Amino acid sequence: MAAKKKPKLAVWKFASCDGCQLSLLDCEDELLALAGEVDIANFPEASRAVVKGPYDLSLVEGSITTPHDAERIHAVRRASKHLVTIGACATAGGIQALRNFKDVKEFISVVYATPGYIETLNKSTPIADHVFVDFELRGCPINKQQLLEVISAYLHGRKPNIPAYSVCLECKRRNTVCVMVAHGTPCLGPVTQAGCGAICPAYDRGCYGCFGPKETPNTSSLAKGWAGLKVSEPDLVRAFRGFNAYAEPFRKESMAHEQK
Amino acid sequence: MSKNSKPRTINVDYLARVEGEGALRVRIKDNKVTDVKLKIFEPPRFFEAFLRGRKFDEAPDITARICGICPIAYQMSAVHAMEDACGVTVSGQLRALRRLIYCGEWIESHTLHVFFLHAPDFLGYESAIHMAKDHGDLVQRALQLKKAGNDIVALLGGREIHPVNVRVGGFYKVPTKAELRPLAEKLKWARDEALAATRVVAKLKFPDFEQDYEFVALRHPDEYPFNEGRLVSNKGLNIAIREFNDHFAEEHMAHSNALHCVRKARGNYFVGPLARYSLNFDKLSPLARDAARAAGLGPVCRNPFKSIIVRMVETVQACDEAVRLIEQYERPDKPCVEVRPRAGIGHGCTEAPRGILYHRYKIDGHGVIQDAKIVPPTSQNQRTIENDLRHFIPPRLNLPDAQLAWQCEQAVRNYDPCISCATHFLKVRIERD
Repeated sequence: MAAKKKPKLAVWKFASCDGCQLSLLDCEDELLALAGEVDIANFPEASRAVVKGPYDLSLVEGSITTPHDAERIHAVRRASKHLVTIGACATAGGIQALRNFKDVKEFISVVYATPGYIETLNKSTPIADHVFVDFELRGCPINKQQLLEVISAYLHGRKPNIPAYSVCLECKRRNTVCVMVAHGTPCLGPVTQAGCGAICPAYDRGCYGCFGPKETPNTSSLAKGWAGLKVSEPDLVRAFRGFNAYAEPFRKESMAHEQK
Repeated sequence: MSKNSKPRTINVDYLARVEGEGALRVRIKDNKVTDVKLKIFEPPRFFEAFLRGRKFDEAPDITARICGICPIAYQMSAVHAMEDACGVTVSGQLRALRRLIYCGEWIESHTLHVFFLHAPDFLGYESAIHMAKDHGDLVQRALQLKKAGNDIVALLGGREIHPVNVRVGGFYKVPTKAELRPLAEKLKWARDEALAATRVVAKLKFPDFEQDYEFVALRHPDEYPFNEGRLVSNKGLNIAIREFNDHFAEEHMAHSNALHCVRKARGNYFVGPLARYSLNFDKLSPLARDAARAAGLGPVCRNPFKSIIVRMVETVQACDEAVRLIEQYERPDKPCVEVRPRAGIGHGCTEAPRGILYHRYKIDGHGVIQDAKIVPPTSQNQRTIENDLRHFIPPRLNLPDAQLAWQCEQAVRNYDPCISCATHFLKVRIERD
């Protein structure tokens, strides 16, 4: 009898640091088992072999920042049965979306002596601004256990079990004393989606929001709390303008504190 | 195949098994290599621009996002540059913990490169996953060695990629002796694995290829370099880190989104494991030095293909050093030194797994960044990579295109290029005229 055909997995990269796809190679205990379950059909960082599409599941890392990439993402979508974005770049535009608040021409001239050589768009945008996305996995970087959960869910045709509640719940669960209440340390945990395991408070620092906004975040209330801790307006702008600066709730909150 | 008339192009449109997006194009005419371009089309992300206006203490977390493979390197160069600007020195156990977390990154990054990105070329596999079908035990053990490095980073940093615990002045929280101790046992196992792996890679077949490189690396009087030292070369360079800009210049080429860095008035140079090793052989631990000798290496290695051995020797070194640091660890009273910003300029240069990574910042009296400059290892090696290919290809022109392309890819991968860093992938195209 013929062996059952394995589902095809593809990994695609746009503007990013490669850290989220590296998370797959960082699954040291599970990688070979995973490779037994799926056909890793396109994953250039790990293999020079490319199997033609269509692909059952595409993982997309990175944001759209060039005219070429704005075209390429459509080809990726067409070749993919399911498309899941991985990480803050692909789901919110990433740290490079800081350009969205400035004039990109000025940015180019700061970095490159011959700006004419550089082709880039004015804004760094998430994948969902360009094509239909089946699921967005958050984090800068993503959590590898959550990545395995998402891959497993799609391979079995079920919904991924990824909670949208805040980091606060994870602190409670690991018995971390609230750094904001107990130590007066400004923390974005109350408005940030869980998934990291609440590591920053466990290491005695405030959350810096790398998993992006939780569902229905009350950012203005948190900003008032921070102001009570003597955090200045420019520092509030910087706090919301981090790795998920262009995610709508964070974007609006940072703009609310910008000096007119 | 036509002999001399038609041009021949070898194209690798998307280089695999490198970090980031790049391509290689080689043009050949009349059996001569007329052009070699390592094209970097990784989109620019403008870190130097958006760092302006950010606070000095944000630089380690922001610049870590330049590269998910070597975030510790970015964090280390950033904290040293900021501390230089603010006139602060971090010493004692806090300094030791910085070395320890860097050991973790070297072990993780080197093992990833040796077994997952580079060894498949030597053994003729498309990837380590293909390789695992015939060499399952080797790949499984390499994964566990890699994990030992990641365990250090995760314990000290909170997570493997973009760890959260490094700050200007030290750490947010430092571990207890009891928390670190179990790591030492795992690292002793890793050290033995790395020694065994060094013996394995020493038996690979290496092309006979050596060049008269200018190696550039840090050199420290007492130790194999990570965070501190002077910048030295085998051709007379010996400068303080703060003099970097006087001796090196970045150039912008049309075919690349990465700036090429060259040594002023001299041209291309070579950074990374081969350079570090050849300039610091005497600073290796006795165990690592013996491993190198047993693998057939002399105190200087000019064959870039043998970088795969040097990476494993450095992995032995990092495991050995990590064990020593843990055994001598005493928990410091405070997790960090207080750093007050002051107006000034700071320089930092540390040894990323791929070579020296230079940061320079100008900050104002409130600690707001006015200007930033970041020179990653791959942009320094780009010219040398292209130059290697100019010499590597001619004796191999009789190979069919597909085979020549693969060998060119392998030659590029000698440098473990990190294209995410350099612009902050690799596909080879060979054109024959």
